[in-house]
Amino acid sequence: MLSYSIRRLLGAIPTLLILIALAFFMVRLAPGGPFDAERALLPEIEANLRAAYHLDEPLYQQFLRYLGGLLRGDFGPSFQYRDYTVTELIMAGFPVSLRLGGGAMILALLFGITAGSIAALRQNTRTDYSVMSISMTGISVPNFVMAPILILIFAVYLGWLPAGGLGEGSPKNLILPIISLALPQIAYISRLTRGSMIEVLRSDFIRTAKAQGLPAGKILVRHALKPALLPVVSYLGPATAAIITGSVVIEQIFSLPGLGRFFVQGALNRDYTLVMGIVVFYGVLIIVFNLLVDLAYAWLDPKVKYS
Amino acid sequence: MKPMIDWRLVTALLVSASVAACGGDGLDGGVGATSRILIGGESGTELADVQVLHWGNAADAQSLDPHKSEGVSSSNIQRDLFEGLVNEAPDGEVIPGAAESWEISEDGRIYTFTLRRNARWSNGDPVVAGDFAYGLRRSLDPATLSRYTFILHPILNARAVAAGQRPITDLGVRARDDYTLEIRLEEPTPYFLGLLTHSASYPVHRGNIETHGDRFTRPGNLVSNGAYQLEDWVIQSHVKIVRNPYYWDNDQTIIDEVWFHNTEDKSAEIRRYRAHELDITYNSLAKRQLPWIRENLADELFIEPYLGSYYYGFNVTRPPFKDNPELRRALALAIDRDIITQQVTNAGELSSYGWVPPVIGYVGQQMREAAWTQAERTEEARRLYASAGYTADNPLVTEIMYNTSEDHKRIALAIAAMWKQVLGIEVSILNQEWKVFLDTRNQQIDTQVYRAGWIGDYNDAFTFAELFQSGGGVNNTGYASDEYDRFLALAAAEGDSGRRAEYLQQAEAVLLDDLPILPIYFYVSSRLIKPWVGGYEPNIMDHHRSKDFYILEH
Repeated sequence: MLSYSIRRLLGAIPTLLILIALAFFMVRLAPGGPFDAERALLPEIEANLRAAYHLDEPLYQQFLRYLGGLLRGDFGPSFQYRDYTVTELIMAGFPVSLRLGGGAMILALLFGITAGSIAALRQNTRTDYSVMSISMTGISVPNFVMAPILILIFAVYLGWLPAGGLGEGSPKNLILPIISLALPQIAYISRLTRGSMIEVLRSDFIRTAKAQGLPAGKILVRHALKPALLPVVSYLGPATAAIITGSVVIEQIFSLPGLGRFFVQGALNRDYTLVMGIVVFYGVLIIVFNLLVDLAYAWLDPKVKYS
Repeated sequence: MKPMIDWRLVTALLVSASVAACGGDGLDGGVGATSRILIGGESGTELADVQVLHWGNAADAQSLDPHKSEGVSSSNIQRDLFEGLVNEAPDGEVIPGAAESWEISEDGRIYTFTLRRNARWSNGDPVVAGDFAYGLRRSLDPATLSRYTFILHPILNARAVAAGQRPITDLGVRARDDYTLEIRLEEPTPYFLGLLTHSASYPVHRGNIETHGDRFTRPGNLVSNGAYQLEDWVIQSHVKIVRNPYYWDNDQTIIDEVWFHNTEDKSAEIRRYRAHELDITYNSLAKRQLPWIRENLADELFIEPYLGSYYYGFNVTRPPFKDNPELRRALALAIDRDIITQQVTNAGELSSYGWVPPVIGYVGQQMREAAWTQAERTEEARRLYASAGYTADNPLVTEIMYNTSEDHKRIALAIAAMWKQVLGIEVSILNQEWKVFLDTRNQQIDTQVYRAGWIGDYNDAFTFAELFQSGGGVNNTGYASDEYDRFLALAAAEGDSGRRAEYLQQAEAVLLDDLPILPIYFYVSSRLIKPWVGGYEPNIMDHHRSKDFYILEH
């Protein structure tokens, strides 16, 4: 398994290189540049800035310079946040995104799997219908609608939780954002779990377990849950991507300083180095995460073997 | 324990009472500072135990290095952290800052500042003339990579220094001794003192920069000379500053701690204000929400004139607007500005027929048709349109380009409808993302009519007038008038403020004759302020300093 992981990671290098090259040239293709402002800079000032950031060099040379920097772990200076390097910005934004996304993911798995399992066990009863209609609503209401509603209720009217910002870093500030981000995922995961659980519950080995007189709860947790989770695990890959990208909206609504907002702001400001840095960072993250999902598969499903 | 009654509060009450007695000047929504203090007056004038002020500050500070920061959001923080040679009173008047007095030579070219002996940096070091000389030189040094050097161009040799054509030691700045600073100018510049409130002119602590290099603006490193010092800075979230105990006027400062929150999302900002997380919002509320605010938070809404001009530019380098002043005038006359300001933008903006918003010492010029009724203007518009050769069968086909924004879109739609209705013009409207828009506008190829706005950098007509000189940095119309440039040059070299204003007025008149632009309205600032916040005074630049505020018991 170790050699498999190493091979997978080595195989990711060409993918990353293509990603870097595409992002590097595409971000520069967009009209406008980092130094465009309402008031155009004086020519001598602009020339000075371009030279300082090496934007006056031919593109291929800039690209090679960028790759060289990456090898040394240097993402370059930010054009927009002039007191910071891109590495510092990523290190500042990532913990926020991680807490937000990680919290949402845990919440989604916890509630999604539980609700889905309950619905499956009580298939076609009132419980099942209400769980499923709640989750249908969760999927259909986008989080940019849900989040402001939650804020109005819990922050403006009740005053229990903050309406936005990081405050002094208290966990309270993350409760509403995590819930808003997790809701659609809870809905989705519960539907997935219910579907596959129903299928598993009908399979022969469960019938055998029932015939042996095992209690329903034990059957569910010991025997049914593991195979029923396979579709959920394969969904984890896209779900992580969805949570990372979906957090842009949530970060904006809750004024949270996560990577998603850096990414959007970076793109709007033509902060080339910042956009590139986050693309590379996300790229590596997603590659690693896909590998983890595949490894989890092997653990869950005895039929899957990597060598 | 805080003092029970503060003398500043008492003065504020007296001032507000007298203002209230004079009556408001009828600006829409202009409940003004008067009702603010009276509310405080009714519920008692006791200061709250906790003096923490939370500002909504729109975007991030791009930098807290005063010589690199630009934009309104950064400047708001800079004004609290640093203090220039001069400062501004809450009403915007220039008052002594780090310098307690100054002398101006008779020809208006040499300024000699006498610094306060008790001014201190936040690490306790005295603020000396050398700090200012160092700061000004650093601000213009090409190695600093400042983008706002033009603010300091009036200083002798500034432009050449910033361009790297002369050594920075040639800059017309000299510390004669620790408490005397001499600044020499290229030309007499009557608004020069006002420029010294801009962060580009702020001093920096040399030892601080030499110790920490590029990291000197980080919390824990930054040494500043204003009423506050940096405590925390979380990018995309907030900047937190606390009292500078060494500030020379620290005894008069009431607010202990200030937060500048990122509030790029205007709807989110209002929610956070309603949840009591913000005491004061940023200065432009979402127009869409104004009706709701008027209904529900009318007492907390403050709308005040703001030094900005909203306009459309014509691309005069290409047909149909090239060499066609009649057509441009027809388009300018065909729109009913009052409908735009009262029904579309509706924050209390002032319909404008001129370019320069109201500034001190200047009589704003207006298009000659400004005093007419809209019906007369419409009639004249039709006449000019016809004489430019357009008819119902052969209408003008044109395009309005604007940067993506709900508010700009609504204005563009209204104007397109008016042109269509009054003149029968076929107008399409096109939006572009900000940087794309700037690029297109700057190239002057695809644009015909484009949206633009300008907020003045300092309280003088010149900050508007200079924009339309030939090849100016904001002049995307392609307008180049020898006459306009000549009046501008005369004004720049003129030492007498009366004559100088006349030259600038003549320049504006030329501009309004040629109409490369279509003036639409003058800006207002709109913000929500909690009833327990005292010390807010409107001023045309919308510059405020937290040290002038206080929180009442609530």
